[in-house]
Amino acid sequence: MATITAQTGTERINYLNVRTTVASWLLTLDHKRIGILYLLGITLFFFLGSLAAAAIRLELATPKGDLMTSDTYNKMFTIHGVLMIFFFLIPSIPASFGNFVLPMMIGARDVAFPRLNLLSWYFYMIGGVLATIALLKGGIDTGWTFYTPYSSAFAKGEVSLAIVGVFLVGFSSIFTGINFLVTIHKMRAPGMTWFRLPLFVWAMYATSLIQVLGTPVVAITLLLVAVERTFGIGIFDPNRGGDPILFQHLFWFYSHPAVYIMILPGMGVISEVIATFSRRRVFGYHFVAFSSLAIAIIGFLVWGHHMFSTGQSIYAGIVFSFLTFLVAIPSAIKTFNWMATIWKGRVHWEAPMIYALGFLGLFVIGGLTGLHLASLATNVHLTDTYFVVAHFHYVMVGGAIMAYMAALHYWWPKMTGRMYPQSWAKLAALMVFVGFNLTFFPQFILGYMGMPRRYHSYPEEWWALNLLSSAGASILGLGYLLPAIYLVWSLKYGRIAEKNPWGARGLEWEVVDTLPHPHNFERTPIVTRPAYDYAHPEEPTAIFPAPRPAYVGGGGKDG
Amino acid sequence: MAAHSHEEHTHAQRVSFYAKTLWVLMVLLVVTVWAGFLKLPDWLGIAVALTIAVTKATIVIMNFMHVRFSSKLAWLFAGAGFFWLIIMFAFAFADYASRHWEPVQGW
Repeated sequence: MATITAQTGTERINYLNVRTTVASWLLTLDHKRIGILYLLGITLFFFLGSLAAAAIRLELATPKGDLMTSDTYNKMFTIHGVLMIFFFLIPSIPASFGNFVLPMMIGARDVAFPRLNLLSWYFYMIGGVLATIALLKGGIDTGWTFYTPYSSAFAKGEVSLAIVGVFLVGFSSIFTGINFLVTIHKMRAPGMTWFRLPLFVWAMYATSLIQVLGTPVVAITLLLVAVERTFGIGIFDPNRGGDPILFQHLFWFYSHPAVYIMILPGMGVISEVIATFSRRRVFGYHFVAFSSLAIAIIGFLVWGHHMFSTGQSIYAGIVFSFLTFLVAIPSAIKTFNWMATIWKGRVHWEAPMIYALGFLGLFVIGGLTGLHLASLATNVHLTDTYFVVAHFHYVMVGGAIMAYMAALHYWWPKMTGRMYPQSWAKLAALMVFVGFNLTFFPQFILGYMGMPRRYHSYPEEWWALNLLSSAGASILGLGYLLPAIYLVWSLKYGRIAEKNPWGARGLEWEVVDTLPHPHNFERTPIVTRPAYDYAHPEEPTAIFPAPRPAYVGGGGKDG
Repeated sequence: MAAHSHEEHTHAQRVSFYAKTLWVLMVLLVVTVWAGFLKLPDWLGIAVALTIAVTKATIVIMNFMHVRFSSKLAWLFAGAGFFWLIIMFAFAFADYASRHWEPVQGW
């Protein structure tokens, strides 16, 4: 298999050293650089959101509201929710790792619309800055859901500014979705048929469908809140002839599928990692691929389960409850198939695999407790309690962030050309797993006992479980801080990575250099094998039709 | 195939085509305002307004957004957008329609 041969001095041209000015980054059209830019932005907002989470857990370490007023507490959980949902979780895997690896995985030189890709990053950053300004200028206390009529008629603060920020980031998400859909349809290398695609690409395809079909609805809905707030036009406020439950329908039409925008890419990552570190093709490949589409489609039909106790018709509730149970089927298909892949696989216990195994454990708990909430009778008891908080954190943090960390550790050598210390990484994964369970499992019990969410004080009898939860959050925080230290350390001191350090199958590992070339491939590869063909290690996944000439810089027209 | 794509290109770039589309939209705008001043029954007023709005949206999607000249795949995705809109309306209206139903005896 040929490699890129042109060199600048002694160093090969790669996407990092081809140009090094700040302007070359801020005006880049390279999907890999845009992925890195997203990674930096996402890390910033994750850090800010985590600070708010730390303040919340610190307040709840004691029963009395002794650290902050109830008003400040409301603002704190709103900051946490807005930043983590809209500016971290939703773009986390698709915009960073999706951008970085997806074109390489399908044998393309870039995404279909590179300029739109860069524009999406600018929309994301401008949206993030506006939302942060709104949160810092006195903050908002609506919660991340912006429920009306409180948000549109009563809430003080910079609600409209925060909404404009979320509106912009919504369009950033739509741009990414459009780009990936067109890229996957139109830019696959010869021989890269739909059923040779890595499952991460299938997951990104399903995610992109949700982004394109759902995000416009929430963007316009939030804009309507700003319109009602600014001009007094009655849309959601009953005093002005509006309907607050209409807001909830429109909001959750997007915001429930948004959960799958968060988790589906994570599931794609887990498929990649489990296959690589089990040295085995993903069991039931076709079922796992189609289950992503099933989750994306069924996920659009269940939003009413957020409204069982808010005045929605009981008959609509019955239908939404039934449909919600259906989502468990494709989710279970994935989980059982991952287990079957590990079973009889030759498991390698590297750090990404530890994170992936953590994902499995936590996502299963998060998913199954969702069934308690999908059931009408138990939902009435559990609505707005800490049970709900624990459930969605098990899915979003235990699932999506574990997968995000797995992706970060898996593709780090490809992104930076460096290895990180495995033992520290495994320790961090373990700390996250233990810290996470310690933080959120007590919240299931608290919720079952009736502790409501969004209060800064609580009766004495819930103190022990809350203290346990806050202690767990400290371990969890350290678990996240550790990778920040050793990954930054590895940029300078880490061992130079090999081209394919994990022994993985796939174009991004087998064909692309350690640090990818600016155009990924010197010539377009021809894919000859299915994904995860570990049974035939001697057969390359792709071949090149003719001997490749030395690369002379500037990008050729071939491919 | 090549002739077809050349034809698409010509259609998409002719300025007069966009100018005519714009004029049609302007006429429909005037009709919208005019219809707003008519003393129609509520249901008829809504029906007229929605009909004009859907017509305008269709013209924008077909002409300005080039769906008319696009591949079947683009038609599929444009259609999916409307199908999803139907899902949203159907489920939301199902809630409104059934909110005041009396519970069935014996349940």
